[in-house]
Amino acid sequence: MSVWIAIGVTAVGCYLVKLLGLSVPAGLLERPLTQRLAALVPVALLAALTAQQTFGADTALVLDARLAGVGAAAVALLLRAPFLVVVGAAVLVTAGARALGG
Amino acid sequence: MTPVPQRKHLLKSPEVPKDIGSPDEGATVHDTGAPAHDTGAASRGTGAALHDDTATEGGRDDRAVIRDALGVGIAVGLSGFAFGVTAAGAGISVAQACALSLLVFTGASQFALVSALAAGGNPLTAAAGAFFLGARNAFYGLRLSSLLRLPPGTRLAAAHWVIDETSVVALAQRGRHAARLGFTVTGATLFALWNLTTLLGALGAEALGDTDAWGLDAAGPACFLALLAPMLRTGPERATAGLAVLLGLGLLPVLPPGVPVLVAALAAPVVLLVHSRALPGKPGRGYGADGAGGVEGPGGPDGAGGADGTRKANGTEKTEADEEDAR
Repeated sequence: MSVWIAIGVTAVGCYLVKLLGLSVPAGLLERPLTQRLAALVPVALLAALTAQQTFGADTALVLDARLAGVGAAAVALLLRAPFLVVVGAAVLVTAGARALGG
Repeated sequence: MTPVPQRKHLLKSPEVPKDIGSPDEGATVHDTGAPAHDTGAASRGTGAALHDDTATEGGRDDRAVIRDALGVGIAVGLSGFAFGVTAAGAGISVAQACALSLLVFTGASQFALVSALAAGGNPLTAAAGAFFLGARNAFYGLRLSSLLRLPPGTRLAAAHWVIDETSVVALAQRGRHAARLGFTVTGATLFALWNLTTLLGALGAEALGDTDAWGLDAAGPACFLALLAPMLRTGPERATAGLAVLLGLGLLPVLPPGVPVLVAALAAPVVLLVHSRALPGKPGRGYGADGAGGVEGPGGPDGAGGADGTRKANGTEKTEADEEDAR
């Protein structure tokens, strides 16, 4: 039951925050500062998420096979690989590194 | 999201960037492959003119938009499989996993919620972490609202699809028609596939056994990295990313799940403030000049701290106020 509560609260909250962004008066967007902030905030969030999901294990930081996988994804991105190839490279290299005892 | 299709699309219309800002800026943007949000900001300013320019080859443009949108929608939609598997591995039922994909429909929040629940977190704490992650969608919506200009009724439905992928595809387009098309095709494809593959992943998880052994825990960060990569063109963008990494990792051990990411978002106003002080009187010039100035090298955040450290420290309080203001 508590899982369903969490799902319900998350669903409502995430929908409302999406709607909030869409519904903000357009005048606010005329401010250059707001525009540049709105462009930079996703950069910060995505960078933090990438780092946390690469090195985070609950509340600890660890080095494990994921680092090799994300490194492979970075190489694939530098080679301008399509999205699925990038993710596939990360998954395969991580699985391979684990199989080798990483 | 996927850098490649956007770049292809941009290269197909080399005549367009000359309409965006000054000639120098246009050339710079084009050479480096414009970050999606820069293109979006530019097309907002000159949207009508650009739309007229491209009207003659509208059919071809539409096909290019649809192709890019399908590419992103299919590629990311398939990663719902990873979510279904992860959810099942976390002890979430198939029905619950499907409900999350249907009703929450923002990947990072879904991953965060099942991870927190698997770790035995309080349901409201878990939901709070997921909500904090979903808060970034408000900023996408902020940028999309003026670009798409949706009527109120449509807005209620469209809001559910305001996520990383639909936003990046829409913001990469020139003109309202292309942006709406990109948003809709990406959203529909992604929503259908994400939910289908969530179901398949959850059902198939038992067959896979240990999902980490298959490396599926690396799919999440790889997705985020692929989202991030095309945004890292300028000094401020790289500095923001680097500072956010330091904040996100440094605070992970000390703050509740989901909170460090939210604090890391403060890297954006901090860098913005430092940057605007470094270039007084040139607020409209964009980021281009900064990269050339070498204030923040490609090494990113760590290097950037040297020259700007003191100003950064002074600016923190003010930027927090800016952040609140912007919301």
